[in-house]
Amino acid sequence: MASGSSLDKANQFTPGRLGRAMFVWLADWQRVFMFGAMALVMIAAPATYDATNRASIARHVYLTTWRILPWFTLLAGLVSWVLIRVVLVTALHYGLAKFALELVVKVLVLEVIPLFAALYVATRNALLTRVEVSNIYLPTDLDVLGGAATDRIRDELVPRVIAYGFSVLTMMVVSGFITLLLAYLSVYGFSRWGLPEFERSVGQAFDSVAAWSFAIKLAFYSMAVAVIPIAASLNTTASAAELASRLQPGTARLLISLFVIEALSLAVRFL
Amino acid sequence: MTVEDPAPVQPAPPATATPPNAPIPHLELKAVLLLAFVGALIVGFIAYVMVARGFFEQTQTLVLLSDDSEGVLVGMDLTFSGFPVGRVSRIDLDANGKVRIIIDVPSKDAKWLRTSSIFTMEKGVVGDTKIRAFSGVLTDPPLPPGAERTVLRGDSSSEIPRLMATARTLLENVERITAADSSLNTSFGNLQNITGNLSTSLAGKHGVLGTLLGGDANAKRVIAALDQTNALLAKADQRVFGDKGVMNDTQASIQQLNGLLQDARTSLKKVDDVLAEAQATAVEYKGVAVQAQGVASEARGVVANIKTGTTDLGLLRTEVDASLRKINSMVDELNRKWPFAREAQPIKLP
Repeated sequence: MASGSSLDKANQFTPGRLGRAMFVWLADWQRVFMFGAMALVMIAAPATYDATNRASIARHVYLTTWRILPWFTLLAGLVSWVLIRVVLVTALHYGLAKFALELVVKVLVLEVIPLFAALYVATRNALLTRVEVSNIYLPTDLDVLGGAATDRIRDELVPRVIAYGFSVLTMMVVSGFITLLLAYLSVYGFSRWGLPEFERSVGQAFDSVAAWSFAIKLAFYSMAVAVIPIAASLNTTASAAELASRLQPGTARLLISLFVIEALSLAVRFL
Repeated sequence: MTVEDPAPVQPAPPATATPPNAPIPHLELKAVLLLAFVGALIVGFIAYVMVARGFFEQTQTLVLLSDDSEGVLVGMDLTFSGFPVGRVSRIDLDANGKVRIIIDVPSKDAKWLRTSSIFTMEKGVVGDTKIRAFSGVLTDPPLPPGAERTVLRGDSSSEIPRLMATARTLLENVERITAADSSLNTSFGNLQNITGNLSTSLAGKHGVLGTLLGGDANAKRVIAALDQTNALLAKADQRVFGDKGVMNDTQASIQQLNGLLQDARTSLKKVDDVLAEAQATAVEYKGVAVQAQGVASEARGVVANIKTGTTDLGLLRTEVDASLRKINSMVDELNRKWPFAREAQPIKLP
């Protein structure tokens, strides 16, 4: 009873505890932005692409993209097909068939499928980062980087960032292409006479705001999936409970980030 | 039997198909292929969206003027016969507060828009607004770039208040008509009185006629007038269609007239014959005249010949005269010769 009450007291949200949690939260996000900025600078630097690193990048690109692409394509096709059928049948049911194609492009290609691709890459690759980087000696404090520590990050982490980002981009583009193809086949079959109308629908769905927000969303999804899990793995101030957990650090942060990006994209387009 | 302590759970090693440092065949080639594939997809996708947005199309501008832009969105189509021939690119207000809807029309579709084209903006109760073009005369000159046209608005939802007002007026009229003191109601009351009177008078001596004419005396008078009319008609029938009626005389006169007409027709036929003969005679005379003309021309030829012969005769005569003179002189010579010489006649003087 006494231990129970002391536990309750320990779990209470006191101002001091709240402040500490806030500090940790801010520190985590600072680490994410620091690491993200550092990675971007290194990606832009030609020195990153020496012979050893090129091989490393190629290897990670192979592991994170090439290997999962066929299965992802199949899965994306299946999911797209089901959703397209749902949209088409519902639209036909309400006598709104002429809006079905635009709806498919706007909802699936621009919103659902990119999020699906980002989540797929995150769960398949990025959330296994901790296992991969646990055996690598890494600098613990990003504030005092320089020399060997920076080289370590460039050789070990930047190839992963590039590979994850590229993987998200690839999955999004491939799944978008598959969805457009399946949408055309679902509506027009194998006839080529639907092409002008299809082109017009795509043109109307991809107006300038939608196109720009789609491009920016793709970039942010890629960066979030590539940076957040790795940056979280660098946290050496994690609590004992967090270290004992088998869950990839930063998982919740990554998922929330993806949904926030999606919400912002929707807000830009529809508000 | 002892219970063994369960072994501490160890985190499983990462299950990756390829060990971290295992060599991957053609690694760089695969990475390059992947990069090229994704790059091509991205470039192709961007190019396709640009084509779909009409980025590479040559367009001309059309400005539609309206007093309301409700329901008009950037990117919506301008249709002609159901086919999109243009796209709204911008909507703004001019200095007079009129809405300017700027539409980009691809050059290949501009042929459907003529100077006589009419543009309408229709807004249904359900569904989006539609901008349509109607070109009645496709041989008219094409619409010049930057042309400004007023768009005709057809808003079915704006018709609803007017419809409601009309319906209200109609219902008020119906209410007024059917009110207790309305003229229609009064008329029906009068009609009811009439039918009541009718049903009463049907049993009377003169039936409905008495009710209609306002009393039995009037009905009696009308009946008497009808009797007189009947008698008059009988007499008229006798005089007109009777034995010595007007109709018989008329019929005889018509028959006589027919006979006269027959005679006149016969006479006219004879006159026709005479005229035909006269015409034939005239034709003969004409032939004779032609012959006479021929004879005259022949006579003219003969006269000409005679004239020529006369000339010849003159010459002959001259020659004959000369010959005769020679013969005469020769005879004189012979007479002077002996034994033909005659005794010389002594010259006897008086």
